[in-house]
Amino acid sequence: MQAPESWLHPTPAGLYCEPGGFHVDPVRAVPRAVITHAHSDHARPGHQEVLASPETLALMRARLGPARAGLRQRALGWGEVVRVGDVALRLVPAGHVLGSAQVVMEYAGTRAVVSGDYKRHPDPTCRPFEAVACDLFVTEATFGLPVFRHPAPEGEIARLLASLALFPGRCHLVGAYSLGKAQRVIALLRAAGWERPVFLHGAHAALCAVYETLGVRLGPLAPVPAGKGRLAGEIVLAPPSALADRWLARLADPLVACASGWMGIRARARAGGVELPLVLSDHADWDALLATIAEVDAPEVWVTHGREDALLRAMALAGRRARALRLIGYGEEDAAEDAPAA
Amino acid sequence: MIAFGRLLERLAFTPSRNGRLAHLATYFRATADPDRGFALAALAGTLALRSAKPGLLRGLAAARTDPELFALSYEFVGDLAETVALLWPAPSDPAAAPPRLAEIIAGLGATPPAELPALLAGWLDRFDPGTRLALLKLVTGGLRVGISARLAHLALAAAFGVAPEAIAEVWHALEPPYLPLFAWLEGTAPRPDPADTPHFRPPMLAHPLEAADAAALDWSAYRAEWKWDGIRVQLVATRTGRRLFSRGAEDISAAFPEILAAMEFAAVLDGELLIRRGTEIAPFATLQRRLNRKSPGAKLLAEAPAHVRLYDILFDGSEDLRPLPFDARRARLEALLARERPAAMDLSPLIAFQDGSELAALRAGARAAGIEGLMLKHGASPYLAGRARGPWWKWKRDPLAIDAVLMYAERGHGRRSGFYSDFTFGLWRADGELVPVGKSYSGYTDAELRLLDRFVRTHTTARFGPVHEVEKSLVLEIGFDSAQRSTRHKSGVALRFPRILRLRPDKPAAEADRLDALTAIL
Repeated sequence: MQAPESWLHPTPAGLYCEPGGFHVDPVRAVPRAVITHAHSDHARPGHQEVLASPETLALMRARLGPARAGLRQRALGWGEVVRVGDVALRLVPAGHVLGSAQVVMEYAGTRAVVSGDYKRHPDPTCRPFEAVACDLFVTEATFGLPVFRHPAPEGEIARLLASLALFPGRCHLVGAYSLGKAQRVIALLRAAGWERPVFLHGAHAALCAVYETLGVRLGPLAPVPAGKGRLAGEIVLAPPSALADRWLARLADPLVACASGWMGIRARARAGGVELPLVLSDHADWDALLATIAEVDAPEVWVTHGREDALLRAMALAGRRARALRLIGYGEEDAAEDAPAA
Repeated sequence: MIAFGRLLERLAFTPSRNGRLAHLATYFRATADPDRGFALAALAGTLALRSAKPGLLRGLAAARTDPELFALSYEFVGDLAETVALLWPAPSDPAAAPPRLAEIIAGLGATPPAELPALLAGWLDRFDPGTRLALLKLVTGGLRVGISARLAHLALAAAFGVAPEAIAEVWHALEPPYLPLFAWLEGTAPRPDPADTPHFRPPMLAHPLEAADAAALDWSAYRAEWKWDGIRVQLVATRTGRRLFSRGAEDISAAFPEILAAMEFAAVLDGELLIRRGTEIAPFATLQRRLNRKSPGAKLLAEAPAHVRLYDILFDGSEDLRPLPFDARRARLEALLARERPAAMDLSPLIAFQDGSELAALRAGARAAGIEGLMLKHGASPYLAGRARGPWWKWKRDPLAIDAVLMYAERGHGRRSGFYSDFTFGLWRADGELVPVGKSYSGYTDAELRLLDRFVRTHTTARFGPVHEVEKSLVLEIGFDSAQRSTRHKSGVALRFPRILRLRPDKPAAEADRLDALTAIL
């Protein structure tokens, strides 16, 4: 038995699995990378070899272009075990976005799980999180504070629909990340009975198309038409970075909503000029982080990024060994989307 | 209470003034007395609730959470009440009827301080998170939904079809829950008469004069005065009493007994509170020492004697002079001063000038202590409550500016909470050390705030509790009104009104200003 701390190392490039000769979600180009999911802070361009779920590879090709999504791409089916170097490796659903996976590594009789980003609320657009018992659990802590208790997603969508009923003359513009959140909002709207076309900012159209080809049904979608003051009473989705754009002039008296876990904090919502904050997150909230760690019951927990201090405190109170890796470069999915996209 | 909580939530996320007015008007029409009167008082900041210190909220939270987790949560959320509202466990008995606003006000008034935590905890258990937040905001007196008394008056005016000025006029003589006010608004009673009570009148405020305004100004119609660097005060002396009010209607009488003693007249006067030693006006920092003391000792009174430089008169005896033009009021003010010769007061002189260019030169040269620039007042304008555009202009001198290097950052509170928004910056000393010269949490745009926040998060080199030290690489252009010697700063200099004019990521830190640049202008 060799404890995972002896064969899995935090390095400036990201977590490195020595006996496997690969990095997990490296932040710079490496010879061999295992990618948990296709968000830009985890799936960086330019690796030699990329191992990931088929969905993640498809989304990476769509986002980065086929040439930059890894010179050699190796798709790993759910539950399929492969040997990489001396390590037995498999991918298990993380419930974060389509294709998102936990990386389960076994070596020398011990098991480490790198969960990537994950959530426990059901999401119609991706496979649900599966807890895997392990000796080392590497977790995110994006919402790692007890003030984050995400409400039920259906309730938030109901508030959006109620606002549409109250202000039928206003276009409801919903800010949502283009990979994952946008499709989840659409799927939740469909589940709530919204059958009208959902109008998309250009940044969202390509990824919605990839979701459709991967079997996620999103219903009627349409581009935002040119002109001024359009789409009263309709729903438009756009990246959060486009909410204060001149582009808004196209919409009828737009009411700006934003779907994000940060919307639970009033100052965050107000700073973004949001009139209807929807607390809708693709990350585990405080209760889910604690419940998941208890469920996988790892004696050692590493925290990659987020509000790690509070999670470490909770681990100490629970008598569990934990350390913060303070990996630089994660949690900037929104920053990556600041790039102009029409 | 639930209706009030919902109102607060809607207001918190409704940016447009018209939208807020509509929400308020709807609430005032739909809600019964006395709840709406208490809500009005809470919004307008006139509700005096005792025993509602932030420490009490901390205590409530401490009874239910780990102190370290609470501290980390509070640091992130930036708002104590919101932190507690979010952390609080779900209602233990959701079926119990939540109390009304008036019951809460009454309960707070009738409960001994020692029993207050249990009372609040019981209420919190009966509320949803949004109402919890409203309750906690209410008991700590910090609703912070950006509703001024003025906006509340506009909303009442809109709800009941009366002139907002008519409400403002009686407002300060009334008390929560404003039953006579609502009775008058609903037409069931006559308008309340403030009569002889020494109460605050809404002051006339000035707009900043921009270059475009200056270009279009008919200078001959305006009178010019220095803009004094003190605090605006209203002196109210009637048969029944004397009061000194700040511009925000706060009663500061007790802090300035020498001014109260000198108010041997019956009038309402408008002026600037300053510290005067002989003929010299002391720097603002000296006045600040007085403002910090609710009742000053003999030593401080002797060291920092207060003085009021008068510039307007609202009432002479019981005669309302506000409808008179500025020139006529000025004559009445001069006559009153000649007649009464009050101690510790003088007249803010009018500045003679020929044209705008002459005034512009005076303004540029206005660097004396106690002067911030110029005031321009239309000679024919009545005294109008609020900030009307045109009759009064303030024309502050241009700020001084330096290029400083960002050194430390802290998370902000209120609107900026969650972001690194309080910044300490420094200049290079001759020996090559960077020394802090000031701290600012204003001036930047929302976009600049996001850039600063990201810079701090990615360039932190050390942490001292909530303070993050950052890599000394980002240059900020800092505007300020003046620089003063200070023993409290390592640099020996303190800036007045420092604000971040813009980010200078283009500029290497080594090329930021040297401390000599600042000491040269002391």
